[in-house]
Amino acid sequence: MIRILLMLGAATALASCAMGGSTPPKTASSEPAAAKGPGHGKGYNHDPYPSTYKAYPGVPTLVTNVTIFDGEGGRINGGSVLFRDGKIVAAGTGLKPEPGVTVIDGTGKYLTPGIIDIHSHLGDYPTPSVQAHSDGNEATSPVTPEVWAEHSVWPQDPGFGRALVNGGVTTLQILPGSANLFGGRSVVVKNVYSRTMQGMKFPGAPYGLKMACGENPKRVYGGRQRMPSTRMGNIALDRMTWAKAVEYDRKWDKYEEKGGEIPARDLQMDTLRGVLDGEILVQNHCYRADEMANVMDMAKEFGYHVTAFHHAVEAYKIADLLKANNTCAAVWADWWGFKMEAYDAIGENLAILEKEGVCAMIHSDDENGIQRLNQEVAKARMAGIRAGYPISEETAWKWLAINPAKSLGIADRTGSIKAGKMADLVLWNGNPFSVYTRPQMVWIDGALLYDANNPRLRPVSDFELGQPGEGDVK
Amino acid sequence: MKRFLLTAAALALAGPAAAQNVAITNARLVIGDGSAPIDGGTVVIRDGKVVAAGAGVAVPSGVPVVDARGAWVSPGIFAGFSRLGIVEVDAVDGTNDASANGSPFHAAIDIAPAVNWRTSAISLNRAEGVTRALVAPDTAGSIFAGQGAIIDLGADPNPVSRPRAFQFIEYGEAGAGNAGGSRPAALAMLRNALFEAREYARNPARFVDRGKDAFLTRLDAEALVPVITGKVPLLVHVESATDILVILDLKREFPALNIVLVGATEGWMVAKEIAAAKVPVIATALADLPASFEQLAATQSNIGRMRAAGVVVGIGMLNDNDAHQARLVKQYAGNLVALNRIPGAAGLDWGAAFAAISSKPAEALGMGNEFGSLRPGRRGDVVIWDGDPLELGTAATSVYIDGVEQPLENRQTRLRQRYWKPTEGALPKAYDR
Repeated sequence: MIRILLMLGAATALASCAMGGSTPPKTASSEPAAAKGPGHGKGYNHDPYPSTYKAYPGVPTLVTNVTIFDGEGGRINGGSVLFRDGKIVAAGTGLKPEPGVTVIDGTGKYLTPGIIDIHSHLGDYPTPSVQAHSDGNEATSPVTPEVWAEHSVWPQDPGFGRALVNGGVTTLQILPGSANLFGGRSVVVKNVYSRTMQGMKFPGAPYGLKMACGENPKRVYGGRQRMPSTRMGNIALDRMTWAKAVEYDRKWDKYEEKGGEIPARDLQMDTLRGVLDGEILVQNHCYRADEMANVMDMAKEFGYHVTAFHHAVEAYKIADLLKANNTCAAVWADWWGFKMEAYDAIGENLAILEKEGVCAMIHSDDENGIQRLNQEVAKARMAGIRAGYPISEETAWKWLAINPAKSLGIADRTGSIKAGKMADLVLWNGNPFSVYTRPQMVWIDGALLYDANNPRLRPVSDFELGQPGEGDVK
Repeated sequence: MKRFLLTAAALALAGPAAAQNVAITNARLVIGDGSAPIDGGTVVIRDGKVVAAGAGVAVPSGVPVVDARGAWVSPGIFAGFSRLGIVEVDAVDGTNDASANGSPFHAAIDIAPAVNWRTSAISLNRAEGVTRALVAPDTAGSIFAGQGAIIDLGADPNPVSRPRAFQFIEYGEAGAGNAGGSRPAALAMLRNALFEAREYARNPARFVDRGKDAFLTRLDAEALVPVITGKVPLLVHVESATDILVILDLKREFPALNIVLVGATEGWMVAKEIAAAKVPVIATALADLPASFEQLAATQSNIGRMRAAGVVVGIGMLNDNDAHQARLVKQYAGNLVALNRIPGAAGLDWGAAFAAISSKPAEALGMGNEFGSLRPGRRGDVVIWDGDPLELGTAATSVYIDGVEQPLENRQTRLRQRYWKPTEGALPKAYDR
């Protein structure tokens, strides 16, 4: 916790890159047909750092006799899952091994979709946590929607390997920090080491926009005698910025539709335009119930939607409002007390959200917590049960799978064990709601990337190579 | 709230003298000394202390009996390193007494008077079965943080069981930073302070307190006297294998020092040396990342490997939500049990894992005869659980401290009750209590 507070205080002054002006791509009809624009969304390149992620090869595999939580609330006892060519082929009972299929006996074990962490700073606040690696907050201005977390992500963070091996995490969203009201764009990655960020980038996943309410922005900038220094300053600066974005969006819509003079390019506004057009999802750091209510009204005022509140410690107080706004809540199981806006945390937050029908999920925001998200869900589930709301294990697994997948706009590709989806799977050596259970095997897109019995399938990042403890069981 | 306050007030009036007699029978009994749980066990507390625990223990007449009906019963959790009771909200300075940036005093700082039994972290962790805690000040401007205390988490205004129970210092990266920028500077600061304390001990009247210019004020020197004589343990936060050896080596120059290592992420690499020096460790349980260059070889197997080498190891929460989340040590201990099923990893068996959060931290401090287990003579800190205490989501159903049954309500249970149905009813939520 101390680290988080420090992270926010540590402003990194970075030399700004010169941004070249970009020209719209040539369209097929480059005739001088005056009143025609390049088409909606085609005024400039929306994907200049495209994913180069390629699934590693796998073998057709059938896991049998296993307890399955499908990630959407379903459970199959004594079931089987078949996957090949990176995709889930079938899940059910009575699947028979075909020739050429590797069979893994899952007796006594559990099979789940890979865990999805919607809130991580692996790569942009990597370990070792030295100042030279502190790349998560562009804390030089409260409004920095132009920065992209992916340009800070260090793909050699040892934390990725720990999250895979100990945590069964297969997909994560890496966000900018919360020093700024508009922190910048997030990036969604597959938890597969690569030489480049692009090599980890989840193909086709939408960008997120990290926003923050509450104590952090007003503390960081108020401390420098500049706006915002209050919560009302937070919202005022948010609204001023959105008002500009609406105007920018209108200009570009007009140009893309009708042509004419190309509007000036503004990288800040590009991101916000993406939000207004529904192409970029708002991932909003916000603890307090009253502030979340303000933000949801602001979203209506300017015509955007908050996809998820993160660190929503007080979400339980406004479960009905969240439901009515179709906004999800990503929370911790039991963090509390480290600052005023985390004072009213309760262990039943997830349970109350589930009970009231809100899209809810667990998140880590922490390089250690990401290794135990299944345990966090187990605690939250038991807190709910004890308070009087029964939650099945298979229901609780939604908090680790389909709900974060929905909030990241990737639920059509991953986040559950359904035919046709990515074979992102974890075989646990027991019930993953028990503290005594660990991942046995982890597959991403059908490739076996961790096997507890095979020391060669223990990833070692460049940083750890040649260091004490290299390749140890971590 | 009213009910809670009344209960608390009643306890407060009675004070520790109200230490009670109670026998808990028919328990799945955990002694806390590393042994396996015993079914059908009984623990007897008289005058606030354990008089007997085990199978076939008779209940003396006149002692009230609680039938556990087969439930798990264990010693209360001993938080091996915490800042419980000295912080309400970390980021609210006025409520945070962990460190003092502007103070000329360092080793002299005595955390005991700062411990506030009404801190919400105390009531929350009490409800989760934590009954005793080591509470340490944090450093600022010196490698010496000051004198820590052992406290209980009871709902009464006498939280301090042992004031000035140890001196806490930083070495390694943090200590270097505190001493002006390097490890040698930290070592020089430490050695100089110990020399001066030795001088002070020889003749306190002749000690020259140079005031603000002093490396050591009179009070600081005084506080270090029991440290150089070994009466009070010196807890040293240190992480790397190299730094651990440097600290162990201090005993050549100051043989009486009673050193306890705290953190010790790379302890497994020098486990033999630690064991040979008979230095106990209060370790961080699950650190497995190279969070700094002094933790490159971090692994969750650290505690298991040190224990296998014969080191006395307890679990502490140094710099890990240490003001609020002592309860998490139960989960951490459970994780160490899980490790035993990973090829190549070293974990703990269940009994040893529980001991790492009960008797071992107390033993590390030389207080194993008083705290941390249900062996005869120990304080009557007992918890009845609704399941395996190391398993996720298990709750404490009854908590006794010095034999006194404790209230388990706290702000979080009240908030949950108020918002279990989130929408407002006939009146605003503010009237709902």
